[in-house]
Amino acid sequence: MDTTAILVTGAGLALAAFVVWYFFFSARPTVSAVTAVGGVQAVAITVKGGYSPNVIEVERGKPVQLSFYRAEENSCSEELLLPAFNIRRDLPAFKTTLVELPPQQAGTFDFTCGMGMLRGRLVVT
Amino acid sequence: MPVRPVLSGGYRSNYTSYKKDSVPISAFPGRSFVVIRCLFSLRQHEASYATENTSMEAPFKTETLDIEGMTCASCAAFVEKSLSRTPGVQRAVVNFATEKATIDYSPAEASPATLKEAVVQAGYGVVERAPDTSAAERNAELDRQKAAAYQQLKRRFWVAAGLAMLIMPLSMLMLWPALGQHVNMQWLNYVLLVLTLPVLFYSGREFYTSAWNGFRHRAANMDTLITVGTGAAFLYSVAATVAPRFFTSRGLMPEVYYDTTATIIALILLGKVLELRAKTQTSAAMRALMGLQAKTARVVRPGGQEVDVPIDQVQLGDLVVVRPGEKVATDGIVQEGYSAVDEAMLTGESLPVTKKTGDPVFGATLNKTGSFRFKVTKVGADTMLAQIVKLVEDAQGSRAPIQRLADKVSAIFVPTVVVIAILTFVLWFDLAPVEVRLPLALVNFVAVLIIACPCALGLATPTAIMVSTGKGAEHGVLIRNAEALEKAYQVNTVLLDKTGTITRGEPAVTDVRALGQDERQLLQLVAAVERQSEHPLAEAVVRHAAAQGLASVAATDFRAVEGKGAAATVQGQTVLVGNHRLLADAGILLSAALTQQAEQLLAQAKTVLYVAVAGQAVGLIGVADTVRETSAAAIRQLQDLGIEVVMMTGDNPQTAAQVARQVGITRYFAEVLPQDKASQVKALQAEGRTVAMVGDGINDAPALAQADVGLAIGAGTDVAMEAASITLMRSDLGGVVTAIALSRQTIRTIKQNLFFAFIYNALGIPVAAGLLYPLFGVLLSPMLAAAAMALSSVSVLTNSLRLRAFSPR
Repeated sequence: MDTTAILVTGAGLALAAFVVWYFFFSARPTVSAVTAVGGVQAVAITVKGGYSPNVIEVERGKPVQLSFYRAEENSCSEELLLPAFNIRRDLPAFKTTLVELPPQQAGTFDFTCGMGMLRGRLVVT
Repeated sequence: MPVRPVLSGGYRSNYTSYKKDSVPISAFPGRSFVVIRCLFSLRQHEASYATENTSMEAPFKTETLDIEGMTCASCAAFVEKSLSRTPGVQRAVVNFATEKATIDYSPAEASPATLKEAVVQAGYGVVERAPDTSAAERNAELDRQKAAAYQQLKRRFWVAAGLAMLIMPLSMLMLWPALGQHVNMQWLNYVLLVLTLPVLFYSGREFYTSAWNGFRHRAANMDTLITVGTGAAFLYSVAATVAPRFFTSRGLMPEVYYDTTATIIALILLGKVLELRAKTQTSAAMRALMGLQAKTARVVRPGGQEVDVPIDQVQLGDLVVVRPGEKVATDGIVQEGYSAVDEAMLTGESLPVTKKTGDPVFGATLNKTGSFRFKVTKVGADTMLAQIVKLVEDAQGSRAPIQRLADKVSAIFVPTVVVIAILTFVLWFDLAPVEVRLPLALVNFVAVLIIACPCALGLATPTAIMVSTGKGAEHGVLIRNAEALEKAYQVNTVLLDKTGTITRGEPAVTDVRALGQDERQLLQLVAAVERQSEHPLAEAVVRHAAAQGLASVAATDFRAVEGKGAAATVQGQTVLVGNHRLLADAGILLSAALTQQAEQLLAQAKTVLYVAVAGQAVGLIGVADTVRETSAAAIRQLQDLGIEVVMMTGDNPQTAAQVARQVGITRYFAEVLPQDKASQVKALQAEGRTVAMVGDGINDAPALAQADVGLAIGAGTDVAMEAASITLMRSDLGGVVTAIALSRQTIRTIKQNLFFAFIYNALGIPVAAGLLYPLFGVLLSPMLAAAAMALSSVSVLTNSLRLRAFSPR
């Protein structure tokens, strides 16, 4: 093994470690829902290659209104799934789509794109 | 005092002045009741006035608010009250079903803001809806966007394909030394670079922006893989083009991979074009269903004139006219007229259904022959069509348990593949001979990234479920969720509740026995009496007489005897119809022959009606629940599918045995009490069976819920729809066969898809990483990897679309 090979090996392993940390273990911004008129918890989410914010905290029992603004045309994000609530919604590009749901049980529920690549979490407390 | 002009019938102006003056009720001690009554009747009066003269009432504005938080009809009444009390409000109507409030108000005194205030004060919320959130508009917008995206995608593909076809032969020049000698390699590389740029920055731009957006969100998708793969190949090539000396000085060939980059992008775009085309077909059935909704209704106004009204303005209680060939606008009850209506779009039943006064009709069905008027009983989201659409939509959004593994894998798929690709690069770099290690490491790195296909995994289950739930709805089989579909696949025992499933669930005349008299004549006499009765058994007799083509004769002096029967005078003779106590009370004795025949009928669990004419017992009529014509065939089909069919009934063992024999069932439970139905299901489950329970929803909801799969037959009862995981719109057992056959085909398709998707990635990635190289010297070209990737998701989709050919028989 020459110096170049050692360098490449070291750099490769470091890069792999970074990929694992970045996608699986790095901290994600969390946002709590704001309770508006009539006890509805409203959260605005921007969809662009992912969901921002992508961890949303809501309270149990109060209706939740998620408004998804899809700020891109990329077809990856055109479907939204909330499997725990039996919701599959198409999101038109550059439009806001409202999703309303009643969080009856505490727990963590994933929402994803149609193929499960883009992910967000709804944390009901 | 303003009360007097109000009472004298002045309409709006007086009313508003009354409101303006705002006389406190306490000003009329002891008379508040009167005032409230006056207001109430006035408001009713105004309501009809307002609908006819809206154009004349310029000073009043109408506002529609979306109310939320209402859980019951009394909430709606509360909101309505709160709004009505707001100063300046003329009329407020809150529709609980549509969650909308329609308010007529005077802009001088009220504004949308004060109206909202009133709703909030009542404890409810007003939803500020974005203008584009109605389902229809959203769909239209989506369709438009999808069509545009498809066109753009095709353009991008053709640009990439065209340029790739130029780049490929040019890159191969160097393979022919005779030709290559005449060409300056350095210049050729620059030409290739210029040709590749549009492929990257026009055709492939979306991959790069999407990957970048995803990266910022710590999300990785397909585009991440394409971006890293093609980006690495392209940047290496640019380096080799611009600084070839750097490579040659280290004993390396300055190779370029422009052809690889361009071909990968072209092939992946081809895959996307095919995928998008196939994907639109998965929801075709659903779209067709939504398109069934009528746009307008012909409403009869109180004055008698018929007005075409947009469907969203039709109110409960409106009278709607339907002419031959027209669509029924919404759900209701026929008030007058007679017709045949094609309900195939809702129930899958191909024969038109006859409709007469009192029969329910459903929106989106097609009126065939006659003309009729119906009273609206349901609008908007409450209609049968809307409920079906909602059910199918929910089912399409649900996740199948079978998919769990695929979901787990796709959540970590892309970053894992990136790590594998990096390790591939490192290993090749470390292990390959020094002079070729960099190109080999690079090519295999790119091949791993490109061949990996998370899309096939992601598409495997949802596409099949979308096609199959839509297909089910087409045949009148509504599947609640993907889990129900999966459970139905495992069913090996079907338990049928006899009444209402095998049989019609309503009494019908089975026997007419006459002593010394013509049977038809006897029936005619009895029918004359029963026509005036409202008892279900009487209805069965009348229906039977009509079916025999007997002319109706008049009966006078009709008299119903509570719990016993009825009597009337027909053709000058007194006719008694009822149970034996009716005859006994009248002192009429039964002959031995008649008693024996009655016992025979009773032994068959039939209800016996005794008939006496002119003081003599002359005949018997046997009434029983009858077997549907389709039951035997459907049960045989289930048995052919390898399913054991078991029947349960409240009847005695003899009757149960008789019905079972008639329809080809060998195992049955007789004398089952309604409350024991669920435990029969449990008993079968204890035998290790996966049980599908079929019932009509009347007192078998617990059994439906206990079963692994509950199928409710005939959509009439909401209770059953709640408890059942599958609802059959058509009232026969054929739907059970359809549901089970459909679930089997769907789950088989899903399994094929998942197997293919997993195997494809499990084999493709190691081969691309060069695992076969030490053994066979085989390496996978990144271009072949791109072709395989594009084909894999298309083949999964195509496999799901095969379900569209499903046919129940």
